[in-house]
Amino acid sequence: MTAETKFPVTQNDVASFSKDRQEPQWLTDLRVSSLEKVESLELPKPDKTNIAKWNFTPHQLEAKVEAAGNIEGLSDTVKGLIGENVQTLLAQNNGVTTFQKVDASLTEKGVIFTDIQTAVKEHSDLVQKYFMQDAVSANEHKLTALHAALMNGGTFIYVPKNVEVDVPLQAVYTQEGNFGLFNHVLIVAEANSSVTYIENYVTEGTPVEAVANIIAEVYVADGATVNFGAVDNLSTEVTTYVNRRAHVPGRDAKVYWALGQMNDGNTVSENTTYLVGEGSYGDTKTVAIGRGKQVQNFTTNIIHFGKNSDGQILKHGVMRDEATSIFNGVTKIEHGATKSNGEQTERVLMLSEKARGDANPILLIDEDDVTAGHAASVGKIDPLQMFYLMSRGISRHEAERLIIHGFLAPVVNELPIESVKEQLIEVIERKVD
Amino acid sequence: MTKPSLKVEDLHVSIEEKEILKGFGIEVKGGEIHAIMGPNGTGKSTLASALMGHPKYEVTSGKASLNGEDLFEMEVDERARAGLFLAMQYPSEVSGVTNADFVRSAINANRDEGDEISLMKFIRRMDEKMKTLEMDESFQHRYLNEGFSGGEKKRNEILQLLMLEPKIAILDEIDSGLDIDALKVVAKGINSLKGDDFGCLIITHYQRLLNYITPDFVHVMMQGRIVKSGGPELAERLEAEGYDWIKEELGIEDETVGQE
Repeated sequence: MTAETKFPVTQNDVASFSKDRQEPQWLTDLRVSSLEKVESLELPKPDKTNIAKWNFTPHQLEAKVEAAGNIEGLSDTVKGLIGENVQTLLAQNNGVTTFQKVDASLTEKGVIFTDIQTAVKEHSDLVQKYFMQDAVSANEHKLTALHAALMNGGTFIYVPKNVEVDVPLQAVYTQEGNFGLFNHVLIVAEANSSVTYIENYVTEGTPVEAVANIIAEVYVADGATVNFGAVDNLSTEVTTYVNRRAHVPGRDAKVYWALGQMNDGNTVSENTTYLVGEGSYGDTKTVAIGRGKQVQNFTTNIIHFGKNSDGQILKHGVMRDEATSIFNGVTKIEHGATKSNGEQTERVLMLSEKARGDANPILLIDEDDVTAGHAASVGKIDPLQMFYLMSRGISRHEAERLIIHGFLAPVVNELPIESVKEQLIEVIERKVD
Repeated sequence: MTKPSLKVEDLHVSIEEKEILKGFGIEVKGGEIHAIMGPNGTGKSTLASALMGHPKYEVTSGKASLNGEDLFEMEVDERARAGLFLAMQYPSEVSGVTNADFVRSAINANRDEGDEISLMKFIRRMDEKMKTLEMDESFQHRYLNEGFSGGEKKRNEILQLLMLEPKIAILDEIDSGLDIDALKVVAKGINSLKGDDFGCLIITHYQRLLNYITPDFVHVMMQGRIVKSGGPELAERLEAEGYDWIKEELGIEDETVGQE
């Protein structure tokens, strides 16, 4: 695809892009067949947010990135996100890998941590086994089809059986100019393995109108644990569709999500966990801040198929200015998932009269022998809390700041990596100041 | 340095249109400890809240000044930075904000930018004051008042008092819900601040706290104003004889607010 390519992108464009990247035939075929479906498929319909008029069509698909290949060559934005001691890191700008470091001990154990472009060449069969299979299908709707057709960045992580990865694997994805980022993250954790993955999305340089279409798939086998942390921080001009899903077929397998949803632009975010394995566990914690005039929809689903499965959802959001956000939490317990437990809490703190926030806890239960619960609230800052803090000399502004941080703390404190926690606190600081 | 002073004149305060304080006046100076006593429902806590600027209380007339500055022209935080402190009867719980973070923010709010207290100095000071109040270290890292018992909240109020070292402190029923040992500890903390640059107004309806903190002045409040003042001997007489003799002396039938 060249810079001049106007959408709709043709099948030939897609096929030749795939060929340029030396992709296996299965992926070329998937791209071509998905592109065919883009026109006929509809947009997703996130509950209570109308996205019919949002533009998800990329303006530009040529990356225009030169990879320096060394850590010094990374931008200040990226350097600010990766901390001092980089052990394992993958940095990409507009889908092009600009830096990669994997601890040698991991490679020896058979752990794969590489960009998706390399992965489809070097581990084609392994990637094909999972790529857009049980967690996300290319045929679901227009945006998943578009994603499959145009995927141009991302990461593949594979953790073999019984391997516990004790250093966090970090990926930083920057989006620059009007480049349309179609990023795909695929994580496969084999039986009794464990891994922590942290990703950042951030806009680089002068922001202009752009789209991001992000999909993450996580597969968790028997007894395995995946910790997935993210800080999304794309600019006001970027319209984002982000879908992070886990398919958990493993018995007693666990997935923990900690998502800092700090985009400044219009965003549709879905996070779904399929608890298929008996005794499987899914835990989602998210924080979001809305400001300016941005419209956002955050939907978290935990779907129980396995007996004794346990799903926990905790979502906290702060709305400022004229921002609008919908927080949907869906706990679905299928027939046969006996002794399952699903709990969810959504809380929204409104800082302005013009902001809008809705918290919608939904329990869909097709099995008698289960426990489930939900709590939701939308409210303003308690004037007595303000009085108390200010009575110690703390200014109104600082008191608000403390209350907001306190409100988000139950989620922020759960982030599995200290540096990412600090990053998120910094982003929150910027967004509420 | 001149002694600090809190001066209240002919104060009238309403809550939801109902007048609670009806012409209250007092002057508290550095080096002085005043006790305001009185049965329930006579306006004692209203006084404390109104002086600090509680959003529910409306000052309808009268004056209050701190070191000559008009208190009612100031925002709540400005009153605090001017040196006023209120130990609250029912302090709020603030989830997600640790006690240590809160106290540090408060200390820094009272200092100039660039002159913030160093972390080491802060920790040393907090440890020292917590020791004085026999508080467990874990309270530093617990969320502000969240899940604290009544007595723990009171100690935590006094901890803030010791950390912030205000010029004038109002203690609103700091003794209620404390057992005798806790009472002694809290009194020890308050006594440690005694000096010419600290004035204190203790609101209580029991005399027992005054066994451990000797007041210079004792005032009795009824019907939203001070009806009798005296020295420490007044508190002792109240403890022994109750309030009825005052009511009789002044011809008051019902001492609570709203009755004339």
